[in-house]
Amino acid sequence: MMEKNHILSILVENESGVLARVAGLFSARGFNIDGISVAGTLEKNESKMIISTYGDEQILEQITKQLNRLINIIKVQELTDDESVMRQTVLVKVNADDSNKNEIFRIREIFEARIVDVSRNAYVLEFSGSAKKMEAFIELIRPIGIKDIVKTGTIAITRSKK
Amino acid sequence: MIKENKKQLMTGSKILIESLLKEGVDTIFGYPGGAVLNIYDELFNYRDKLNHILVRHEQGAAHAADGYARATGKVGVVLVTSGPGATNTITGIATAYMDSVPMVIITGQVPTSLIGNDAFQEADTVGITRPCTKHNYLVRDVEDLARVVKEAFYIASTGRPGPVLIDIPKDISSNVAEFDYPESIEMRSYNPTYFGHHVQILKVVDELLKAEKPMFYIGGGVISSNAANELKEIAEMLDMPIVSTLMGLGAFPSEHALFFGMLGMHGTYAANTGISNADFIVAIGSRFDDRVTGKVDEFARKAKFAHIDIDPSSIGKNVKIDIPVVGDVKSVLNSMLEILSLKSKEIESTQYKRMKWLEELNMYKYEHPLSYKMTDIIKPQYVVEKIYELTDGEAIIATEVGQNQMWAAQFYKFKNPRSLLTSGGLGTMGYGFPAAIGAQVAYPDRTVFDIAGDGSIQMNIQELATAVQYNLPVKIAIINNNFLGMIRQWQELFYEKRYSFSKLNINPDFVKLAESYGAVGLRANKPEQVEDVLKTALSIRKPVIMDFVVAQEEGVYPIVAPGYPITGMLLV
Repeated sequence: MMEKNHILSILVENESGVLARVAGLFSARGFNIDGISVAGTLEKNESKMIISTYGDEQILEQITKQLNRLINIIKVQELTDDESVMRQTVLVKVNADDSNKNEIFRIREIFEARIVDVSRNAYVLEFSGSAKKMEAFIELIRPIGIKDIVKTGTIAITRSKK
Repeated sequence: MIKENKKQLMTGSKILIESLLKEGVDTIFGYPGGAVLNIYDELFNYRDKLNHILVRHEQGAAHAADGYARATGKVGVVLVTSGPGATNTITGIATAYMDSVPMVIITGQVPTSLIGNDAFQEADTVGITRPCTKHNYLVRDVEDLARVVKEAFYIASTGRPGPVLIDIPKDISSNVAEFDYPESIEMRSYNPTYFGHHVQILKVVDELLKAEKPMFYIGGGVISSNAANELKEIAEMLDMPIVSTLMGLGAFPSEHALFFGMLGMHGTYAANTGISNADFIVAIGSRFDDRVTGKVDEFARKAKFAHIDIDPSSIGKNVKIDIPVVGDVKSVLNSMLEILSLKSKEIESTQYKRMKWLEELNMYKYEHPLSYKMTDIIKPQYVVEKIYELTDGEAIIATEVGQNQMWAAQFYKFKNPRSLLTSGGLGTMGYGFPAAIGAQVAYPDRTVFDIAGDGSIQMNIQELATAVQYNLPVKIAIINNNFLGMIRQWQELFYEKRYSFSKLNINPDFVKLAESYGAVGLRANKPEQVEDVLKTALSIRKPVIMDFVVAQEEGVYPIVAPGYPITGMLLV
């Protein structure tokens, strides 16, 4: 069976320990977590987790079923590329001096990134995009000299039906 | 006068106990300690309503509640203190979790103000038990307590049953709130599926009628859902051969002509060969455990599979299933019966095929029945057979883990569901004796045995004091071979007889040990003494230890080497 990346959207009750339950389940059963993002929803008692994981269809089925066994989990849904919008966000602090400022501006323009902090010899750039664009962005930034980088896991939402 | 509408204020301790009574609890197994003293103090007022069994080790409380739950179908309840009290129950909780036993474990916790401070007798109980409970709670507000208890019992006893733990900090048990026990409960995130999908059930029935060599492979789920009668009815209607897991024993009468025994690592030749030749297998409340399937890629390769289980995650976990049916076994079997009641013609037309198939299976049965050779040294199998004969298959049999467990499973012919108490999933040595105590508490007048080994009985032997204190006449039959027998057997077969640390050179004198606790001790050294010892034990209304000094190097057969297909049995 083909192994590939999967994005799961998990709606949970906002109770203490629920993140530990989910994370514990993945580690105890030997499933991977490549990325995770958790935040509240508009309902005050709910949170949504977006987990990127890896495996074949059978593993994905087991993950989904095991997640559904957890009492605090309301809904588990796989989000596919075609039917959803997926984004990652990065904050990257790069060396900025006269020799490379133009290059930074150029990249910023191409990717529609933002400069969110400026100091004498460093800029912090913020960029948000698909996993693929993220990769390209970082590749281009890398030669400039990355001092620090922080990336979110993927977040995703289903597209409206056309 | 102002009309008093307010309900009575109660302490958390009183709320807890009143809630337990609302859930119909009449027995709890426990051990006091600092963090539960408030609760114990309140319990003192309820001595006539709640039977509290004081064990001698918290692990004993968990296993006893488990045995009580398995024997009765009710939720077993445990009450222990924080820290070591809680951690001592972990093995018992994990045992219950693996075998889907409904339990509620109440643990004390340090006061909320001290949580996280490494306080005296503090442990992160909800953290530690998260992977081995169906769900757990830390109660942070006394106002939540009644609802939490209600939810805990609901979760423990519905769907695929399991243990639920409630951690109660000491200040919560003394804080006061109005007691308002919820009448019903609705949980948005927990809705087990009880009724199987009709189309799927139709497919199962169709396939059953079409198949040349169909078979039911039953497990503990049949017992959990109280579906033994439905199973029998359907099996007899269709002349359907049945094989069972360890956990399923008792769900179908072992002496029934349609029963071909336990399958798997120590399964019968008929069960293992039969299932390997079947063309359609309906797994009913069983989960394709590795001890059942052997090398899973080669398990029953000629067969299509249907799987009936209340837990969707059990379906398709180890083996690809052609017809999954998510639902409660009892309800699904009832739907099948309904469908079949309109198909008497089709059923009739399967009779010839069924006859041929049963003939084949019976041939396997007679070719290689379970057997052993009598010598002038006691054979363990003989002891179990005698227990069966003298109790007419009506006893509750608890086992420890290892050879004693497998011999009990093979040679005691279970008649009734809920009569075998054994740690199937976790394989917990030390389970049997406290579990037998729990069952005896529930049924004071029934005969309850613990079939034990000399190794495992010592893992919870302290509970002898509990049995004596409450006058629980549990009969402990120690199959004493001075070895960790199953370890020795594996070392013999798979490790060139290198008996590395499996010989128990020193054992207590079990007869004197029993006597020192105020129980009765008996010993048999020769085969001809076995029956007398058992008869004497059965005539005494006290806990009895029987020390059966058996052949040291007897093995459990058939055996399938781990990782091999189950057709590759070593027969003797």
